[in-house]
This record gives sequence, structure tokens and C-alpha cells, in this order.
Amino acid sequence: MRKVLTAALVAAGMGVGGAAVAAEPLKIGLMGTLSGPPAVLGQHINDGFKLFVEQQGGKLGGRDVEIIVADDELKPDVALTKVKGLLERDKVDFVAGIVFSNILQAVFRPVTESETFLIGANAGTSTFAGKGCSPYFFSTSWQNDQIHEVMGKYAQDKGFKSAFLLTPNYQAGKDSVAGFKRHFKGEVVDEVYTKLGNLDFSAELAKIAAAKPEVVFTFMPGGMGVNLVKQFKQAGLDKNVTFLSAFTVDETTLPATKDDAVGLFSSSQWTPDLDNPANKAFVSAYEAKYGYVPSLYSSQGYDAAQLIDSAVKAVKGDLSDKKAVIAALRKADFASVRGDFKYNTNHFPIQDYYLVKAVKRADGKYATSVVEKVFDDYGDIYAAECSMK
Amino acid sequence: MTATLVAVQVLNGLQLGVLLFLVAAGLTLVFGVMDFINLAHGVQYMLGAYLAVTFYGLTGNFFAALVLALLAALAFGLLLEFVVFRHLYDRDHLDQVLATFGVILFLNEGVRIVWGAAPLSYPIPQLLQGTIPLIDGFGYPIYRVAMILSGLATAVLLWFLVTRTRVGMLVRAGATNPRMVSALGVDIRRLFMVVFGFGAMLAGFAGVMSGPILSVEPGMGDGVLILAFVVIVIGGIGSIRGAFVAALIIGLVDTLGRSFMTDIFKAFMAPAAANQVGPAIASMLIYLLMAGVLFFRPTGLFPATGR
Repeated sequence: MRKVLTAALVAAGMGVGGAAVAAEPLKIGLMGTLSGPPAVLGQHINDGFKLFVEQQGGKLGGRDVEIIVADDELKPDVALTKVKGLLERDKVDFVAGIVFSNILQAVFRPVTESETFLIGANAGTSTFAGKGCSPYFFSTSWQNDQIHEVMGKYAQDKGFKSAFLLTPNYQAGKDSVAGFKRHFKGEVVDEVYTKLGNLDFSAELAKIAAAKPEVVFTFMPGGMGVNLVKQFKQAGLDKNVTFLSAFTVDETTLPATKDDAVGLFSSSQWTPDLDNPANKAFVSAYEAKYGYVPSLYSSQGYDAAQLIDSAVKAVKGDLSDKKAVIAALRKADFASVRGDFKYNTNHFPIQDYYLVKAVKRADGKYATSVVEKVFDDYGDIYAAECSMK
Repeated sequence: MTATLVAVQVLNGLQLGVLLFLVAAGLTLVFGVMDFINLAHGVQYMLGAYLAVTFYGLTGNFFAALVLALLAALAFGLLLEFVVFRHLYDRDHLDQVLATFGVILFLNEGVRIVWGAAPLSYPIPQLLQGTIPLIDGFGYPIYRVAMILSGLATAVLLWFLVTRTRVGMLVRAGATNPRMVSALGVDIRRLFMVVFGFGAMLAGFAGVMSGPILSVEPGMGDGVLILAFVVIVIGGIGSIRGAFVAALIIGLVDTLGRSFMTDIFKAFMAPAAANQVGPAIASMLIYLLMAGVLFFRPTGLFPATGR
């Protein structure tokens, strides 16, 4: 028995010819936050990713796919251990997913330095868009600032004079304020930073009421956003103050906020009703399979699978020439569900951004819907600092 | 910073306070009477909210959901006591912490499997919708007033139960000297079970009441649990009166700190610096307060006598 095993191992070790490569499945480590309150984000990305793989009959670029799901638990140290397992034990060809910026920061170097392809389906920290960019990293989402910039730009274009900014007291919250202010030149009447994970916004809402701003801009991901939206509505503030938000009103929170969120604004590069054939097919297949409305996170997961598919196809399943794979990924040769999509020099997308609004659809479900385009073919400001050309 | 704004914030502080009291009351009873550290108490708060989501889905009526969720929370609390906690009373605190922490992990994950990871909710009942206008264009939600009132009513009920009934007398005696109570022929195990079930129900009640204003999601009880521990440490372990006073103090200090700390710092600092320092200090305030109380009164503000 042992002899047979050894022989098999030796054979496997030597079998690096084209045939053996094609026979082996393409290994993808799908890493995301799948426990705790933010688990819903990881779930949306994974569902989107798996949907595309399933539509291709379990293959990407003609090769069978083995997906290894890893839960980072939103702990950088756990993420690091697990990603090392993916790289060293499982020897994955791609790592995809990554919901949160601090997790991306933990796994970015180990993955890219091992010359494994990292497909970011959500987090887009400024470091990796600028000086720390890597040829092995590709994002199918955005650079963090851009979503916030959309709101600042919109507020500026509409001539709003005063804004009240409300974000959690951590780095991403401060980045969002910076992103908003980049285009908004009106008066910021107050900036309030709440504790991360804050449950009750009654104190902050009273301050908003007293400050009487024209708009309130907020970045309250997950359950915080649900609480804020419900309480904002309950206090009746929606009648006098325009609610602009980022990562607060989307399909992950709408099932909880329901009517309270209808009419509130958010920004996104994608919505379920975005009018292009790829998106229509994606949304109907997604809703049929999972029974809930996809979010921008789902679309990013789906596009991540599409991106890998396009590149593997372009190199005919042979990933040994890394430069060729990078060149193929760089082309982004697939029909993104968001429509226009191409890569900037730093491997972040150049795409359109929209002002979106929460609506109740005819079937009684809640979704975001495009109101107007705010940026056309917009790249991030950090690309200039990236050494890749 | 007008007087109205301060008044609104005081109301907000009271509302947070009574919510904390509902959770802390059960915790302090269990801790005080049984000398049992129950980290899983926050999970019972979460379960109350989730049960209300389910019962609201079935009945479509908030009050029916409230009653059913309370009964289910009580039943679940008793079940937990029977299956897990009963075996831990004689173990030391470290074992209790480990085991009840395990229950937190288990139930947080269980809730995610049963109800999904996405936040859920149910609406405010028709009867309590609407606002009381206070500041121009801003109303104080009637529901929050109802929360304050229901919390105060519960406090009165508890006071009555603890000081004026036989069970209450046994509970007080149990908190002071459980062995003696047992020696006098009281079935202390059954007393424990009653206290435990009642505490679980109170936490469940807080969860049900929070559902319409907060998102119902896995892990929602964890933050509340920490605050509830701060409350019982400040109030004095085992003391309902202490828990009540401490909960209101914590609610007010936290809310007023969050509202006005940054503005206070702005009076003598650059706005950018105040924006850095203010929120940091505000989120530390209650812990500073706890440290202060522990320093000057190590047994809390209203220690249960005899301990």
C-alpha cells in the first residue's frame, strides 16, 4: 500500500506536464467574514461567486473548480493563519473575497508575495491602490474613498449648503469623512464620531435636529446602519433632512429596515435594476437560487468569479506563466454586471458610480435603484502613486 | 446647546438606563443569589428579540408577540438552567465563565443558522407610533417613552416582589446567606430555578422592547452584557436597588457624554483635536466611573448586606 502511495506521489510530483495541470482542479480560496454580525456581507459575496461557478457547470475557464471556503472571523490574526493554510497546505491558485479592510491588510502581503493571485471582492484600502499596489492584486469592487466621494459630489452638485457628518470612530469612518469632503465645499456643521458598534443613535439624532443641517452624510455599515435608519425615521427627521449614506442602505440591511429606509439615498457602482443584459440574467438567477435580493457585495463576488473565468480561459487553463495571467486579468474581458468596467494601472476598476435610492419593488421586496449617474468612468486618486503602469 | 436638547438627551439617557436595568436585574439576582457568573445572560436578551421576530411573523401583532416571546424566553431560560447551568453551581467562577462563554458562542451561531446572518426587525405597534414634538422638526418617539415607562413599571414590580413577598424574602435571604437558607428547609435549587427563569425573562423582555428600535442580529447581546456587568459592579452585586440606580447613572453618563463631550472639548481646543479627543473620552466615561466607584466603594454603591 505504502509503495503504491509513494509511486503515486512521485508520479504526481513529476506530472507537471500540460495534461496533468488541466486534469487537476483549479483551487480557489474564498475568504470572507462568515461569523458574527457582519457575516451577511461574506455570505453575499460567496453566494455571488458560487452562482457563477455553478452556472459554468462547476468550471472556470474550462477547468474544474475546487472552492475552499475560509472564515476570517473578522480577526486579522485568524485571517493570517487561515490564508497561510490556503497558500501552503491547499496550494490555491487564487484567493478571492475579503470583506474588510483590516483583513485585506493582514493577508495582502502573504498572498501577493507568494505570487498567488488575490481577487479582492470588497475591501479596497488606499495603501494597496497607491504605493503598496501589487501586480497580483485585482479588485472587483472600488477603492474605499470612491463610494464616499459620490455622496460629497452629489451634495455639492445639488447645491446643499450645510452637512452633518456621522460615522463610527475608527479609521474607515475617518476615511469616509475625508472622502465626502473631497468634493463637498459647503459648511460642515458638525462631525460626530460614535463608538464602533453603537446601538442607539438617539443622542446623535437629537444633535442633528438641533443643528438643522440640509443633509446628513453617514457611513454606518451593518447593524449600526439598520438602527440609525429606523431611528432616523422614527424621530421624523427624514421630513427635513436629506439622508445621504454609504454602505448603510443596501440589500443587506433593507430586509431589516424595510419601509423606514425607502427614499433614503446611498451610493453604489451597481444596483439590481441596472439595465444591462448581464445584470438582468444575474439578478434573476440569483433571486431564483437564493430567494433574496442580491446586494452590491453579491455583484462583486459574481464579477470576481467572472474575472477569474476570463483570465483562465485566456491562458487556456495554464497558470504557470504568471505574467500572462496578470495580463489576461488586466484586460477584464468579461461582461460585468455593472456595465462599464475596466482596470486602472493600480488594478482597481475604472467604472461609473451612481446615486441610488431604496425602493419597494412591485413584488414587495426592497432593493436599491439608480437615481442618477454621479461619476462616469471614474478612477481613484491613489492610482498616480502606484508604480505599475 | 439649548435646554430642550439637554432635556431630550436626559430622556435618551433614561431610556438607555431602564433598558440596561432590565438586563442587569436578572444578572445581579443570579450573581447575587447563586454566586453564579452567567455570561450567557446577554444571549437571552438576543433570544427575546429573535423570538419576537418569529412570533410577530406568525401573529402580526406586537403585543401577542411580546407575550409569546416572554413565555418562550422563560421556557428557554429554564431549559438552559436544566441542561447547562445546574451543573455549574458548585464549580468555581472560572468554570462558570468558560461554560457560559461557550453557551454564548453556541447560541450566537445557532441563531445565525436558524434566522440567518442578516439583521431582522419588526415594527413599532400602531398604538405607540408617532412622536412628541420637542425640537423644531424633531419629535421624541412615543415608543421610547413607552420603553421608559415599562422599564420603570418593571422596577416597581421587582421592588414589590423582592421586598413584599415571600419569594422575595427568600431571594434576599439567599443573597445574604444561601447555606443558612438551605439549612432552614428551603429548596434552594428550586429557588435558583425561579430566579433564573425570571432573570432570563427580564432579559428577554428588554430584547423584545429593543427590537423595533435596534436591529435584531447575532451577537446583539454581547455589548449589552458588558454594560450590564458594569451596572451590577457599580450598583453592588446582588442588589436590585443598586442595579436600578447604577443603570440610570450609566445611561445618563453615557448618553450625555456622547452628546456633549466633544462640544465641551471644543470650548478650549481646536475643533479637529476635539473631534479626536471627545469621542474617545466619551466612550471611556462609564469605565472611568466604574473604576472610580471600585476605588472608593469596592463593594459598589448599594452592596447587598452580609456579603
